[in-house]
Amino acid sequence: MIERVRSLLTPWRVLLAVLLVTAAVIVTFRFAFGLGSVTNLSDETPWGIWVGFDILAGIGLAAGGFIMAAAVYVFGLERYRPLLRMSILTALIGYLLFITGLILEIGRPWNIWRCIVDHNFHSPLFEIAWCVMLYTTVLLLEFSQVVLERFGWHRLEALLHKILVPLVIVGVLLSTLHQSTLGTLFTIVPHKLHPLWYSPILPVHFFISCLAAGLAMICFEGFLSWRFLKHPPRLDLLPNLARVMALILVIYFVFRIEDLALRHALPHAFAIGLPAFLFWLENLLFVVVPVVIVFRTARRMTTRSLFAASFCAVIGFIMHRFNVAVTGMQLIHETGYFPTWQELVISMSLIALGFIAAGLAVWFFPIASAGGGDASAGRNGAYRLPWRPRAASEPAEPGTGGSR
Amino acid sequence: MSPRAKALLIDITRCIGCGACSAACKTANDLPHEVEPQLTADTWTVVLERGGERWVRDLCRHCLQPSCVSVCPVGALVKREDGAVVYNKDICLGCRYCMIGCPFRIPKFEWHSAAPRIRKCILCAPRLEKGLPTACAEACPTEATVFGDRDTLVAIARARLDADPERYHPQVYGLTEAGGTSVLFLSPLPFEELDFDTTVASFPLPDLTWRLLLHVPNVVMLGAGFLGASYWLYRRREQVALEEEGETSGSAPRTGGDHD
Repeated sequence: MIERVRSLLTPWRVLLAVLLVTAAVIVTFRFAFGLGSVTNLSDETPWGIWVGFDILAGIGLAAGGFIMAAAVYVFGLERYRPLLRMSILTALIGYLLFITGLILEIGRPWNIWRCIVDHNFHSPLFEIAWCVMLYTTVLLLEFSQVVLERFGWHRLEALLHKILVPLVIVGVLLSTLHQSTLGTLFTIVPHKLHPLWYSPILPVHFFISCLAAGLAMICFEGFLSWRFLKHPPRLDLLPNLARVMALILVIYFVFRIEDLALRHALPHAFAIGLPAFLFWLENLLFVVVPVVIVFRTARRMTTRSLFAASFCAVIGFIMHRFNVAVTGMQLIHETGYFPTWQELVISMSLIALGFIAAGLAVWFFPIASAGGGDASAGRNGAYRLPWRPRAASEPAEPGTGGSR
Repeated sequence: MSPRAKALLIDITRCIGCGACSAACKTANDLPHEVEPQLTADTWTVVLERGGERWVRDLCRHCLQPSCVSVCPVGALVKREDGAVVYNKDICLGCRYCMIGCPFRIPKFEWHSAAPRIRKCILCAPRLEKGLPTACAEACPTEATVFGDRDTLVAIARARLDADPERYHPQVYGLTEAGGTSVLFLSPLPFEELDFDTTVASFPLPDLTWRLLLHVPNVVMLGAGFLGASYWLYRRREQVALEEEGETSGSAPRTGGDHD
């Protein structure tokens, strides 16, 4: 018995347990004594790392779910189907974590349902609230396929398949809306956000960058599931995603520079100082390094180059969101905000919860992308058949079922 | 702007910094009596010494088109007919977007409360309902703060500028700032020298977000059309491929759905 317990206690698990217990204590303090008791937020800095990182960056990184769903179901890029389930799973986990973070972040979470009955159509946040509510539902339905299949509820599964394509289209529309509207949030403060980050068309920046970030995150997840779950990365599919990512990043960068130039804000990028440093560091990580890596290894992308590029892009993307929500405002009105260790622990715990949830889901449900002779290939192949029922006029397909 | 919209005119040349306004505000709004050196959740107006021997009040400007009202997802902040921007804690989510959105950094938050509220000057809305002026205007011994209809106060402000151009910097702060506010300032010095934010845009800031949100229906319709068309094309392409294959080989058509 003791031996068994000891074998479960790997250092990582102990660390994880300590982290989560600490987080639970912090959450208790937060609800008992208010946000000020665990954060460095103040009247001067009302939004901090929980908004910049957990919410803005988190939602952007979860964009992979709608991108892959659109690619496979709407544009018919069938060969990317092996990546679909993992993308949808991570998007779902991302959104659930975001909602968890939101409940901790807002001051009066018991009123969160008020968005349903009290409408302010002028508020970008109102639109985001609705889109997130609806899109999380869409993600749950998209993911429920896997659950239904796991438990063998085939009739419900067949029902779901009938509405799947419209559902995916709705999901893409909802994502387009709220991913961009997250940028709209900050368009109302032209004189409070540094000109290197403010733009009246910030939603366009947010949308283009979330496409790249979503693809980067899928590639990076390939690395994570290779590292932690021993699934061989799909080197037949992921490099293509990285190439598309690089293309989007180039478009994004040109657009960003052009936007700065048109608003006469470009000189800020070349004035020596903290704003320019942050701007170039962000774009170096988000755009320059990933694009250079992808183009240099365009012919034959290795596991290493793929993950270096996607990891850099993810970090750079997080930095962009953080610069818009927190740092860019500080540059105009210095308040000396720096997150407390409690804020950092909560953010890290959310990531840790994400890992745990993903690990459990992959273990329990047929999700893993089947790479070559992977053990899960059989399971994956078996369920894939009833996914897209053919029209009735089609010829019967004797003997093809289940053999893959 | 409603013709009944009330406003305050604050003449910095007349202010002696006695703090009677802050004290009266505390009593009228049932706030803890200690006046803090800046706006807080419990101090809704302060008198600050700026630019040497000049006294400047800070308080909610009750914008004609307030950003805070525009950004609140549930409408917990409301601009009333009588000019006051008031707050309803019962529907507030505590998201603090109003604090981000406010061009004058006015709304404050109860950071150390388990049931925190947004707090700020409410233009003594309960007093307005009774036909009374705001407590601060009533308490002011030098008429540095006067209460009245906004139109009237704008006229008074302009008359003062015309009558004594030596005494005043020729600008009414709040006339156009953020599209116009219900608190107007007259100053002996350029406003930036008194730490006023003169970078605030001169149009209603909610226009910036609304202009973008108006695209939502377009995005939905164009997006739905584009995605629908793409899906149709994809199915059509596949159907054609299937038929052609059927014609050439005659027998075994491809397995449904497995193209990889």
